[in-house]
Amino acid sequence: MNKLLVSPSPHIHADISTSRIMRDVVIALLPSVIVSILFYGWSSVILLAVSVVTCILVEYLVTRYLMKVPSTIGDWSAAVTGVLLALNLPPACPWWVAVVGAIFAIGVVKMTFGGLGQNLFNPAIAARVFLLVSFPVAMTNWARPAGFINVDATSGATLLGVVKEGLEKGDTLGKIFETNDFSYLQSLFINIGGSAGEISALAILIGFVYLLARKVIRPHITLSIWATIFVFSGIFWLIDPEHFTDPLFNLLTGGVLLGSVFMATDYVTSPMSAKGGIVFGVGIGLLTMLIRYFGSYPEGVSFAILIMNSVVPLINKAFKQKKYGRA
Amino acid sequence: MKKTFSIGGVHPADSKIAAESKIETLPVPKTVYISMIQHLGAPAKAIVAPGDRVRTGQVIGEPTGFISAYVHSSVTGTVKSVGLRKDLNGIPVVHVEIETEPDEWMDGIDTSDTLVTAIPEDRQFILDRIKNNGVVGLGGATFPTHVKLCPPPDKKAECLILNGAECEPYLTSDYRIMLEKSEQIVVGAAIMKKVLGVGRAVIGIEENKPAAIARMQETVARLRSEASGYDGIEVMTLKKKYPQGGEKQLIDAVMHRQVKSMGLPIDVGAVVQNVATSLAVYDAVQKNMPLITNTLTVTGGCLPADRQKNYLFRIGYPLSYIAEYNGGVPEAASKIVSGGPMMGKAISNLDATTQKGSSSLLYLRESQTLRKQESNCIRCGKCAEACPMGLEPFLLNKLARNGMMEELEHNAVQDCIECGCCLYSCPANIPLLDMIRVAKGEVIRAMRARTAPKK
Repeated sequence: MNKLLVSPSPHIHADISTSRIMRDVVIALLPSVIVSILFYGWSSVILLAVSVVTCILVEYLVTRYLMKVPSTIGDWSAAVTGVLLALNLPPACPWWVAVVGAIFAIGVVKMTFGGLGQNLFNPAIAARVFLLVSFPVAMTNWARPAGFINVDATSGATLLGVVKEGLEKGDTLGKIFETNDFSYLQSLFINIGGSAGEISALAILIGFVYLLARKVIRPHITLSIWATIFVFSGIFWLIDPEHFTDPLFNLLTGGVLLGSVFMATDYVTSPMSAKGGIVFGVGIGLLTMLIRYFGSYPEGVSFAILIMNSVVPLINKAFKQKKYGRA
Repeated sequence: MKKTFSIGGVHPADSKIAAESKIETLPVPKTVYISMIQHLGAPAKAIVAPGDRVRTGQVIGEPTGFISAYVHSSVTGTVKSVGLRKDLNGIPVVHVEIETEPDEWMDGIDTSDTLVTAIPEDRQFILDRIKNNGVVGLGGATFPTHVKLCPPPDKKAECLILNGAECEPYLTSDYRIMLEKSEQIVVGAAIMKKVLGVGRAVIGIEENKPAAIARMQETVARLRSEASGYDGIEVMTLKKKYPQGGEKQLIDAVMHRQVKSMGLPIDVGAVVQNVATSLAVYDAVQKNMPLITNTLTVTGGCLPADRQKNYLFRIGYPLSYIAEYNGGVPEAASKIVSGGPMMGKAISNLDATTQKGSSSLLYLRESQTLRKQESNCIRCGKCAEACPMGLEPFLLNKLARNGMMEELEHNAVQDCIECGCCLYSCPANIPLLDMIRVAKGEVIRAMRARTAPKK
């Protein structure tokens, strides 16, 4: 007979692991990755490869040689950060920007706090903001690299940027949309201009549905971000449709979808409870719209997530699960 | 809508592989070893000596305190020794070793199959029978039943809850007795209802046992029409969710009341008894039959289909004897669990013997049960989501590792019911319950020391 195992209960475990969760996130990102490669070609491939490899390598080196602990790259979380970072970069940005971003994301934002689970901020978002502040030119160069599929698009700038600039010049939204040939339908499928991962709303939504189906995430955070943006911009748009962009436009453009599905839902940097998640989502939605409407940057999702990341410990404290028999 | 508890819970696959195996009676082995600790509370004191001849159903152990219970001989034969022997946990406990002969039952025990449905009028008579026949709770805690049925005078019982949830995966013994001994269980419920003086008795069964639900419903209806004392008994279908059969969870599901921290079910008017206990109450009261038998499931994914069994055993049978009778421990088994996979005990000592509360021999494969390497907490919150007591296991784990006793108490570690939902659902394989269990023990000790009268 075998030697019998003896350990305390429970004796079985759910079919769940950190690596399976992270692998599912990578799988959910694949539609966006594929679309990005199709439309931005080799530039996108290089950014993805450089970012993922650097993230994994930095985590490996830090764990093995600085922390002197077993490497944690097997949990796939470095790969998730790598893919997300690449999808958050302008497709035409030079490869070394991705390297710097990856080193910052893993080396500074994640590992200095103790690695997976310990970081306060989402590594990919923090790196994106870091790069935006450090390399503003490279990070706002919206030139379109040649893809494997090429579409005619009128502008190399992001729609949000065009709108912001137009409004500042005193144009009305109607005129700006007309001169830029904007269509909602197009922005749902192929929205050229913006970060590598922001091309297709549909690709991101497929990933969202996959994450929900695999029970990797719950919908609270994402949906409350969408609802807040919709309601907030809806109110302003109804008051003055010539100077405030409409709700649908705000949901479909920029980083709202990518951020709300993949970055705001990061376990480590979001609240644990459902109620906390809703507060967190409402905060992100409000901050995003405040920055878009009244701030100096055309886009505010990254800042909004980063700011809300910092209040997660407070939210966790405020929204504790109701305990049994202690009402 | 199906009733369920309101906080947390998990959904392990139910794996009731042995559900369709009818209960088979195990033959009596050559030697039995009967433990003097088969109940919660003070151990029983052996009152036989080597050389004594005992009959089946004879008292061989007497209670030594208010919370204690009689132990009876499960066989007829000669006492060979009275001494220490390792129990299920490997702890030396006094056992009475008896070499067996063909059964000779004690006088006054009704061994016939005749169903007795008339409920005795005398409350004290019922309680005496339950006490003298050594009945203890068979849902896991083995708390002496007569004590539980006598709430303190300032507490009023309002509802008797019969636990037929059997929410642990693999276990099927409660299911089988609900199918095969439904009348006795319902009579037992009526007896306990009478003792408690309550108008309502609810038999809670999880939805994954439709045959048991139908059978119990039909039995309740029939007995109500045939005899008196059966009003107010109902069968309630519960959602399949672990730990539905947890005492506190069941009270929440059935009565929508929650027992206060460190409180007892009776505080909210509830008395919870397992269906197997109800069967034992029937035997004790209607047949004057001591608690010397129970049903046990032998099961596991690595056991061939024709060896998935539900056995009627007597107390004192070596587990190795049952395993051998069943065809031996399967090659692929890496762990043997007594009880369910969520709360049962892993055993290494197959020489241990069956007790009143034994419920299973569960064989688990290494791939099912081997703990995986622990990694960093990713703050997913799944443990808090799963905890049926609304605790935050991730936090308790950290506090426990840092020995922060005050914070542990403040965060209600003492409320933990050790159901295992947290560890079960942790993607980082953090041994949450291991840490919490130890901390809980320490905190409760500290709380008791504080409230104990000063000398």
